Amino acid sequence: MTSVGPPIVRRRRSRISWRATAIALASTVVVAGGLAWVVVNAPGWAEVQTDFLNGPIFWASLPGLIAAFGKNVELFLIAELLILPLGLVIAVMRGLPGPVFFPVRLLATVYVDIFRALPGILVIFILGFGIPGLAIDGIPNDPFFWAIVALTFIYAAYVSEVYRAGIESIHPSQDAAARSLGLTRFQSLRHVVLPQAVRRVVPPLLNDFIGLQKDTVLVSFIGVVEIFRTAQIKEAALFNFTPYLAVALVFIVLTIPLARLTDWLVARDKRQRTAGSAR
Amino acid sequence: MHKTTILSIGLIAVLAAACSGGAASPSAAPTSAASATPAAVVSTAPSVAPSPSPDACAAANLTLTTSGKLTIATDNPAFPPYFAENADGHKTSPWALGDPTNGQGFESAVAYALATKLGFTKDQVAWVYIPFDNSFKPGAKTFDFDINEVSFTPARAQAVDMTDGYYVVNQAVVSFAANPIAKVTSIAALAPFRLGAQVGTTSYSTITDVIKPTVDPRVYDTNDAAIAGLKGKQIDGIVTDLPTAFYMSGAQLTKGTVVGQFAAPTGANAEHFSLVLAKGSSLTTCLNGAIAAITADGSLAAITKEWLSDKASAPVFTP
Repeated sequence: MTSVGPPIVRRRRSRISWRATAIALASTVVVAGGLAWVVVNAPGWAEVQTDFLNGPIFWASLPGLIAAFGKNVELFLIAELLILPLGLVIAVMRGLPGPVFFPVRLLATVYVDIFRALPGILVIFILGFGIPGLAIDGIPNDPFFWAIVALTFIYAAYVSEVYRAGIESIHPSQDAAARSLGLTRFQSLRHVVLPQAVRRVVPPLLNDFIGLQKDTVLVSFIGVVEIFRTAQIKEAALFNFTPYLAVALVFIVLTIPLARLTDWLVARDKRQRTAGSAR
Repeated sequence: MHKTTILSIGLIAVLAAACSGGAASPSAAPTSAASATPAAVVSTAPSVAPSPSPDACAAANLTLTTSGKLTIATDNPAFPPYFAENADGHKTSPWALGDPTNGQGFESAVAYALATKLGFTKDQVAWVYIPFDNSFKPGAKTFDFDINEVSFTPARAQAVDMTDGYYVVNQAVVSFAANPIAKVTSIAALAPFRLGAQVGTTSYSTITDVIKPTVDPRVYDTNDAAIAGLKGKQIDGIVTDLPTAFYMSGAQLTKGTVVGQFAAPTGANAEHFSLVLAKGSSLTTCLNGAIAAITADGSLAAITKEWLSDKASAPVFTP
């Protein structure tokens, strides 16, 4: 992180760096300003402003939307708690070696193939309307329940692939070394491979978590009233699209800090590992 | 890190400047032209709109999306009894269920009656498929007017032109005959049941404002999704307009029933269906005139009787 070299070189570097920053800033102002100018002078700008950027409607709808967002938070927190272990189990199932485990591998592969192939909205529709429609005694028909099941099934497929990539990124010599120390296959997986693998895939896991947060709006299609549906109700009552903008803002406010947290975690992890090797 | 931060700050500053610059003239342009149109006038019987001069509303003088054609929009599928399937079963692309082009069904018949009053022949009427949401999005409209069971509300009339009403609508509850809700006779007794409605409809407002249920209602994208919810016992009943309720109980549900209807609205607050037009459309006054004309000569009443005549047979909820 610290600059190296004699003071004069350092000073020149810093001057070049500041010039680059100034140029970048000027160019950004020109581009962004130009875009803004085009938008503001578009023939439909006034109309778009009333229909999409309506201040009073924005502030009037925001509290209700934030309250409705609680439903989304419930959805993605419960689902994420189920997705992480299920995805890990599927990833381990797919990685089991030997002919005996062929059916297990096949099952896991078919599961991942199917749930990654299906558009999420279809899974939500089929589970949310189809299974309650069978009217089997004892099987819940609450759409909230089926929303969580559907999101868990969809995202566990993606997350299992992330885990699998992590597991496969661990060099086979790690496993071999562990086995040569007398650890069983399971012990080696549990104590040597998985701890390293999971640490490596934290950023892509958080990436999928952000995807999950956004996909919670899909469950509105089976009748769960959450933030998107609440915005839609307001939109249709007023014939004004501003509530959607408020929804967008809520998601941005949620996901951007999470993205920065991911960056920070990755940087910290890298620092800790390289600090060890530099000594 | 340093540079990115500075760049981001610069970008935000520019955007903020752009936004505040725009916000200086919040609602100036789009609403000013529209205040001249009497779309906000609510009345059960359509008022006779004073047209500027008889000629302005003649077919040849109207400003149309496609010149020489009256382009009418509705959603697809177009459901009975507002639209009707062709007797011989043939479909006109893109219409999946009811065929607006055949003049059968309540809204199709009304649309053609209005077109005739304006001086269009049947061949000069073109239909386009416009999803409900798209009928009021900003930007140029691809239709002259939209006829899609859209209920008039003053808030909606801020965004688009809405004509005088062509049908006074009342809401109803539909369910399975076997569901306990089927025995309900009063609005108060509906409150403990889980109800569903299509998003953005006045049916939904009926649940929240009139029934005030003790359990949260479920809200669906379409009435078909609501029916799926009803079949999955996720809701006890669907609130929808009465003609649709009869179509649901008769054609879409086995052993379905119309539990009851809400007392027919009267007076200035009566809920009515209006045609939707672009804000400030020159056609609005002409259509109000045409609606007044088909009301005065009895043809609207005849069309209503022909297509929506089941009305009497559903019990009215007591408060």
